[in-house]
Amino acid sequence: MSKLLQINNLKTVFYTEEGQVPSVDNVSLDIKKGETVAIVGESGSGKSVTALSILGLVPSPGRVVTGEILYEGKDLLKMTDKEIKKIRGNEISMIFQEPLSALNPVLTVGKQIQESIELHQKKKGKRAKEKVIQLLNRVGIPRPEKVYYSYPHTLSGGMRQRVMIAMALSCRPKLIIADEPTTALDVTTQAQILNLMKSLSEEEGTTILIITHDLGVVAEMADRVVVMYAGQVVEQSTVYDLFEKPEHPYTKGLLDCTPKIHGESEELLAIEGTVPTIQNRPTGCKFHPRCKFTHEKCKEKDPELFTIKEKQKVRCYLHEKVIEERLK
Amino acid sequence: MKWVKMLLVSKVGLIGVIIIILFTFTAIFAPLIVPHDPTEVNLGKSSLPPIWLDGGESTYLLGTDNLGRDVFSRIIYGSQISMLVGVCSVLVAGLIGIPVGLISGYYGGLVDSLLMRIVDSQIAIPSILLALVILGFMNPTLLTIIFVIGVSSWIAYARVVRSEVLSLKEREYVKAAKTMGVRHSFIMTRHLLPNVFSSIIVISTINVATSIITESSLSFLGLGPQSISWGSILSEGRDYLATNWWVATFPGIAITVTVLGIILFGDWLRDVLDPRTEV
Repeated sequence: MSKLLQINNLKTVFYTEEGQVPSVDNVSLDIKKGETVAIVGESGSGKSVTALSILGLVPSPGRVVTGEILYEGKDLLKMTDKEIKKIRGNEISMIFQEPLSALNPVLTVGKQIQESIELHQKKKGKRAKEKVIQLLNRVGIPRPEKVYYSYPHTLSGGMRQRVMIAMALSCRPKLIIADEPTTALDVTTQAQILNLMKSLSEEEGTTILIITHDLGVVAEMADRVVVMYAGQVVEQSTVYDLFEKPEHPYTKGLLDCTPKIHGESEELLAIEGTVPTIQNRPTGCKFHPRCKFTHEKCKEKDPELFTIKEKQKVRCYLHEKVIEERLK
Repeated sequence: MKWVKMLLVSKVGLIGVIIIILFTFTAIFAPLIVPHDPTEVNLGKSSLPPIWLDGGESTYLLGTDNLGRDVFSRIIYGSQISMLVGVCSVLVAGLIGIPVGLISGYYGGLVDSLLMRIVDSQIAIPSILLALVILGFMNPTLLTIIFVIGVSSWIAYARVVRSEVLSLKEREYVKAAKTMGVRHSFIMTRHLLPNVFSSIIVISTINVATSIITESSLSFLGLGPQSISWGSILSEGRDYLATNWWVATFPGIAITVTVLGIILFGDWLRDVLDPRTEV
C-alpha cells in the first residue's frame, strides 16, 4: 500500500510571552491509503495541534517551524495559500469535536453543506441541493428534505454530528481527520456515529486519521495507533499489539486505567501525576517523573524512538537493552 | 405572526412602532394631508395662533409664521426631509462602517490597528463639528447632507462589527469553514455578517434617530438642505419666540416625538433580537 500522508519531524511551536513552547515536538508518522490511524493522548499532548498542522490551520501564535508533511508526495507546508485551499475540504477534510459550535447557528444545515460542494465541485443551485440531500440520506438522516432547511440548534447531538460527517464527505475526500468526533455525544450515539464512519470509510475507501483519548474508540476503529505524550510520539504499533502487549510504560498505564469487567481490583487505577504543562516539560524522557521504571539515564537524555518490531516503535530506554542484546 | 404578538406584549415597542408608522405615512402622503401649500406666503394671515387659542383660524391648525405660512403644513413636509436624511445617511454609514469592521476584526494585526486608529481619531472629533467643517466647503444640498451625516457616523458600525467579529472568528464553525477551503471573503460575508446582523439593525435604528437630530441641528445652524425641514422651521421661529411661540415649538415637538419613537423601537428590537432574552 502506498503512503497517503507522511509526516516527517514535524515541530509546531507556540510563541508565548514565556518564550517558544513546542506543542508538537519532532513527530513523524505515516498513513497508508485506506487505513484508519488513531492518535491517542491526554489533553495537552499535542494531538489536535498535529491535526491542525496538517491543514495549515495552526492558530496564532503557533507556527510549524520544521519538518515536512507530504500528502501524496507533495509538501503541504510549502504550498501557497491557493493550492492548500484546493486541498482543504476537497482532498482532506475534518470532523470536529463539538458539532454545535462547528456549525454556524444562523445558517441552515443544507446551506452549510452546500457551501463546499459549490466551492469545489462547481455545482450550483438545484444540482447542489440534490447532492446535499443525497449526502444527508447517506449519513442516515431521516427526512433529509426537511433537515436541509433546519437550523443546527433544532437537531440533536447525534444528528448534528451526522451533518458534520456529511459535510466532511461532501467532496469525497481521500483523508478525513476526525478530532474527537464522539466526545460530545452520549454513549449510544457514539456507537452509531463510529459505525457510520467505519462503514463509510470501507465503502468509499477513505483514509481516516482519528484523534481521541478514548481507548474504546481506538479499539473500535483503528488499524494502527500512535500514542502521544507531551508533544512526542511515545509508541506506535498496530491496534492488536497495542492492546495485547503495550511496550511503553505510559501506554501500559493508559490501558490499566480502563476498567475491566473481570478485573480483580475494585478501584479504578490512574497514572500518578499529570501531564507536564507545556512550559515546564522535564529534561530527558518527558514521562520520567510519572514512570515506575525511571533510572538515571531517563532524567538526562531523551530516548529515541526504538523500532522493536516491524510495525512497533517505542520511545523508552527499557527497550534499548532488548535491541542491543538482539544485535549481539 | 410571532413578531406581532411580541409587539402587542411590549407597550414600549408598540408606541415606538405606532410613531414610526405615523411618521412614515405623513412623509409619504404629505401632499395629500397638507391643508395649505407650505411655501405659500400670505401676509394677510401672518402670525395667527393655533386653532385652540383666541384668534386662531380653522384651516390653520397650528397657526402661521410671520409670513403667513401654515406651520402644520410645513411640519408635514419637513418630515420628508427628516425621513430621507435619517434613512439614507444610515445606509451610507453602514456601507462604510460594516466592511471596515469586518475586515478589521477578521484580519487583525496591522490592518486592524490602522483602521482602528482612523476610527479613534474620528471619535476625537465631535460629529457635528466634522459635518460643519465638510459643509463649509461643500454646497449643502440634500445629497451632500446625507453624505456628510453618513461619513460622520460610520464609526459606530465599524466598532461594533469589529468587536463582534473578534470573538466570532474564533468560533469553531469558522475553523470548520476554513478546513473546507472556504475563501476569506466568503467567510466574512456568509458566516460572520449574518451573525452580527442583529446588532447592526439595532445600531441602525438608534442611528436614524441621531441622524434626524444632526440634520435638524445643521438646518438650525443654517447649513441644512435648502428645503423645508424641521430644523430650519425651528430656526426661523426662534426670532419670534416671545410673540409667536408656536412656530418654534411644534417642529421641536415633532423632532422629539419622532426620535423618541425610533429609540423606543430600537430598544424593543434589541430585546427581541438578543437570543439571550428569548424564552
